[in-house]
Amino acid sequence: MTTTASPDTAGVEPSVNSTGLRFSGLQLRLMSIVGFFLAWEISGHVPISPAFPTFSATIMAMLEMIFDGSLFLAYFETLKPLALGVGISAFFGVAIGVSMGLNKKSRWLWEPIFVVLQASPVAALIPLITYAYGIGLTAKTVAVIILASPIIVLNTYKAVGNASPVLVQMSRAFQGTRMQEIWKVIIPNAAPVIFAGLRLGVAAGFIGVILAELLITPTGIGDIISYNRSIAKYPHMYAAVLSIIVFSAVMVGLLEKAEVKYFRPEKKRGH
Amino acid sequence: MNTAVLEEVRSPMNKAIHVSLPDATTPTDPSANIVSVRGITKFYGSDVHALEDVNLDFPTGQMTTLLGPSGCGKTTLLKIIAGLLDSTSGEVMVKGKTVTSPGPERAFVFQDFALLPWATVTRNVAFGLELTGVPLKEREAKAKTYIEKVGLSGFEDKYPHELSGGMRQRVGLARALAVDADVLLMDEPFSAVDEQNRRKFQEDLLHLLSVEKKTVIFVTHSIEEAVYVSDQIVLLSPRPGRIHSIIRPELDRSSSPDDIRRDKVYLDTVEEIWGNIREYLD
Repeated sequence: MTTTASPDTAGVEPSVNSTGLRFSGLQLRLMSIVGFFLAWEISGHVPISPAFPTFSATIMAMLEMIFDGSLFLAYFETLKPLALGVGISAFFGVAIGVSMGLNKKSRWLWEPIFVVLQASPVAALIPLITYAYGIGLTAKTVAVIILASPIIVLNTYKAVGNASPVLVQMSRAFQGTRMQEIWKVIIPNAAPVIFAGLRLGVAAGFIGVILAELLITPTGIGDIISYNRSIAKYPHMYAAVLSIIVFSAVMVGLLEKAEVKYFRPEKKRGH
Repeated sequence: MNTAVLEEVRSPMNKAIHVSLPDATTPTDPSANIVSVRGITKFYGSDVHALEDVNLDFPTGQMTTLLGPSGCGKTTLLKIIAGLLDSTSGEVMVKGKTVTSPGPERAFVFQDFALLPWATVTRNVAFGLELTGVPLKEREAKAKTYIEKVGLSGFEDKYPHELSGGMRQRVGLARALAVDADVLLMDEPFSAVDEQNRRKFQEDLLHLLSVEKKTVIFVTHSIEEAVYVSDQIVLLSPRPGRIHSIIRPELDRSSSPDDIRRDKVYLDTVEEIWGNIREYLD
């Protein structure tokens, strides 16, 4: 009997290009990032538009805002509705999604709401939110929930609803109870899709919070973006945009790590 | 119909023996037959008639194969015996008691393995014990024993996707053996295993079962496999599945696997069953 290729080498396997140069996976990834920043730098110099700063100017502006503390203060403001909204969406979204996947009545109850919410242009609803909840933290949190929850709920529901019937039958054949079937089989089985939904939900939450900060009242990162745009300090504006992209990507990456660690350890070893 | 009596003993040269069928009123003897089914009829919805009035006895400690053309309801019958499907009418008795749901005296081996992709070989093998609340240490020790018995030592910490088809099914078999049920229900266990591994696996299975003393109910569509592994072959007719005949190939199991496959009784029994199944295909 043979085993499959040593999984430890997966991902760092050197690939050979036509010139015979060998790059590791990590080198190729770095090259992709450096290439993008290089293209940004060049197009900033061309320039595409006077409002488009170079990469280096953007980084300088970001460093300036980091050292004077304004970026941290802004994040502190932005994170409040974001963390609250994403937390509520994740907790209730997964719970509602699981119940929809397991129970027909729950599906009938919730599906229309979330399908409509997902299909609707949420930015158009934001004025409505401000009428209902004012311009404070609640309104911004609601904006995050409206954007994040449909993706989380619908992904969870699809994942749980499509749980492998063979595994469910296996659990029953070995006398598993309904609760064991749900916790030991259906939920781990659905975890990759639930987490894909959570990642998309977190990304949508970022969109929600920035939209709220741009459209309701300028606070936090949204304030940095709109203020610097209004006084034509474009490097600062782009630095704020770049920072939120990086932050969002890091959050999504951490979620993926948590998923592999707690639910799908087999993914660590590649395929 | 006279029960449990040899209906016909063929020429002494060919020792495949046909056995008469029990009917719905035949009393069952739990000491001789660990599993009995009486009058099993199954409809899927209102129009698909899968099984019609099936009466069968499964002798304790023997390997019985359910064989027949595809769509004859053999997997349906196996899952009804397992308690995974409800029959439309009729009853299943295990050790003399009527059963309607899975129980500790039956363990199932699935056609497509049904392993948890996120669990190691050890956890998969111990999963049946985990579900019934056996403490971690105890079930891991038991899993280790059975992993060794099915020839997977050294693979305890691998995940299913790191194993070949044959090895995955060995995990499935070890999981079923680990719960120490009296009856093993095997649903085409080798159909997703390649030919060379299948032969080796059949030989290992026979050896393992002779040691473990289990009653096995085995579904297959391979005539050769059925004759090679079985004490009793139940040939089912196409939908709705009825029992066509019961054959007991009296092979000398003490000879080597290659000799068994060249044995006249083996070859004649295969031919005879093929002749019966061919009628349905024309």
